[in-house]
Amino acid sequence: MASETKQAIEAVCRIEWARLIAGLVPIVRDVGLAEELAQDAVVIALERWPESGVPEKPGAWLMATAKHRAIDLFRRNERLRVKVEELGHALEWQDIDDIDLDAIDHGIDDPLLRLIFVACHPVLSAEARIALTLRLLGGLSTEEIARAFLVPVPTVAQRIVRAKRSLTVARVPFEVPGKSERPERLTSVLDVLYLIFNEGYTATAGDDWIRPSLCEEALRLGRTLAELMPDEPEVHGLVALMEIQASRLRARTGASGEPILLLDQDRSRWDYLLIRRGLAALARARAAGPLGPYTVQAAIAACHAVARTAEETDWEQIVALYDVLNEIAPSPIVALNRAVAVGMAFGPAEALPLVDDLGREPALTAYHLLPSIRGDLLHKLGRRDEARADFERAASLTQNARERAFLLERARACLS
Amino acid sequence: MRFLVMVKGNDESEAGVLPEPELFEEMGRFNEELVQAGVLLEAAGLLPSGQGGVRLSYSGRDRTVTDGPFTEAKELVAGFWIWQVRSKDEAIAWAKRIPFEGGEVELRRIAEAEDFGEAMSPQVEEQWERLRRQPNVGQ
Repeated sequence: MASETKQAIEAVCRIEWARLIAGLVPIVRDVGLAEELAQDAVVIALERWPESGVPEKPGAWLMATAKHRAIDLFRRNERLRVKVEELGHALEWQDIDDIDLDAIDHGIDDPLLRLIFVACHPVLSAEARIALTLRLLGGLSTEEIARAFLVPVPTVAQRIVRAKRSLTVARVPFEVPGKSERPERLTSVLDVLYLIFNEGYTATAGDDWIRPSLCEEALRLGRTLAELMPDEPEVHGLVALMEIQASRLRARTGASGEPILLLDQDRSRWDYLLIRRGLAALARARAAGPLGPYTVQAAIAACHAVARTAEETDWEQIVALYDVLNEIAPSPIVALNRAVAVGMAFGPAEALPLVDDLGREPALTAYHLLPSIRGDLLHKLGRRDEARADFERAASLTQNARERAFLLERARACLS
Repeated sequence: MRFLVMVKGNDESEAGVLPEPELFEEMGRFNEELVQAGVLLEAAGLLPSGQGGVRLSYSGRDRTVTDGPFTEAKELVAGFWIWQVRSKDEAIAWAKRIPFEGGEVELRRIAEAEDFGEAMSPQVEEQWERLRRQPNVGQ
C-alpha cells in the first residue's frame, strides 16, 4: 500500500466532511458537538491512514470512528450524558457500526439539506451564517475563512463558537423547515450562498487564492442544493446567476489587473461551459415555478451572455426583466439599473425622466452614480451645459480620487 | 480548479462494446455523487474512432485529413469528465472512486484565469472598488 500524504488524506476527509457532520447531528443532537467529533475522526484518520492506507469506504470509517469517540465522551462526561438524556434521546449504541452512509436517503429529508438549513438559520447573524456554512458544509478551516474575509482568525473562531452555542441555546431543530416556513428559510440559505459568492467575485486584493475560490465554494454548494431541492425554482435561479457571472471571471480583468466593464469585455474570453450550465439552470428555474428575484437576475445576466457582441444585447428584454424585478423585489438601485437599460433600449430621452424621478429618492440623493448616469444621458442628448453640471456634481459626491478625475474629465469634455 | 479527466480507450471501447449493466449502474451512482458534491461540470462518452473520428495534420498550408478508425486504442480517449475541485488531491480522491476494474484515466489540469494571483496596484484596487458599485453594465 502506497503511503498517503497528509494532503491526500485531508482531501478525502473533506469530501466526506459535511455528510459526516450531517450524519452525526441526529445522534448527538448538537451541531457543535457533531463538528468536534467529526474533527476528532479526521485527526485519527490523519494518524492512521498514512500507515493503513485510505479505507475502501472512508465515509463509513470516519462515521464509525466519530461514533466511538462519542461513546467515550458520553461515558466519561456525566454532564454531556445528562444533557443528552434531558433531550430525551436514547442512544442505541449497538447499531453504531451498522449505519451505511450510502443508505441515507436523499431528497427533502436528506441530512445534508437539514445541515444547510441549520447553518443558515435566522437566529444567527449574517456573518455567523456565512462562517458556519463554510465551516460545516464547505469544510474550510477557521484560518481559511479568516483569510477569505480578511478578518483575524480569533474573530472567526469566536463567531463559529458563538454560532454553535446559539443553535444549542435556541434548540434549533435539525430539520428541513416545513412548507409554511420554507420560503423564508430558503431565502436565507440562498442569500448566504450569494454573499459568499460575491465576497469571492468582488475580491480585489489578491495574491491569496482563497478569495476567488469562494466563488467556486458557493457554486458547489449551490449545485448541491439544486440537486437536493430540484423543485425549488429560486435555487436553480441562484445557481444560474452564479454560473453566468462566474463565466466572466477571466474576461473582467485586463493584463495589469484592471477591471473591464461588461460591455467592453472580450467575449471570446467568457467561459462558455459555465454559460451553458447557467442557461440550463435558468431553464430549470423557469420550468419549476414562478419567477423569483434570483431567477430574474439570472435572466438579465443571460441576456448579456447570449449576445455575441455588446451591440447585439437585447436591451428591450432587459428592460422587461427589470420591470419584473422591480415588481417582485423593488429597490431604488433596481430602478436605476432599469433606467440605464431604458436608455440603451429606447434612447436617452426616454431614460432621462426616469432618472429625474429617482433623484427624489432619499436613498439615492448622495449616490454619485445618479448624476453620473444623468450626465451621460444629457450628454448624449446634446445638452452639454446641464451634462457638465451633473458630472461636476457626481465628482463632488464620490470618495474615489480616480473616479473624481474621470468625472471631471467628462465635465471638461462638455465644454468643447 | 478544474480537471479534464480522460478515460483511455481499449479494444472494447474501440469495438463499441457497451460496459456491463452493473458497471453502468455503478457509474450512474458515481456520477450522481459527483453532481451532488457540485464537482461534475461535464461528462461525455465518445464513440469509437471508426464512427466519426477524424484526424487533421498541419504542415505549412497543407492539411491532411485522415478518417478513423485509428490504431493504438490505448492512445485514444474513450470518454471524459470535467470536474471542479479544490485541489489536485481532491481530484485524485474522486478519481480513485471511479468504479473501474481495469484501464486507465488521465487527469489534466485545465488552465484557469490565474490573473487574480498577481498583486494588484492600489489604483487597480480602486478601479475594482468603483466597478463594484456600478449598476447594470458593471456586473
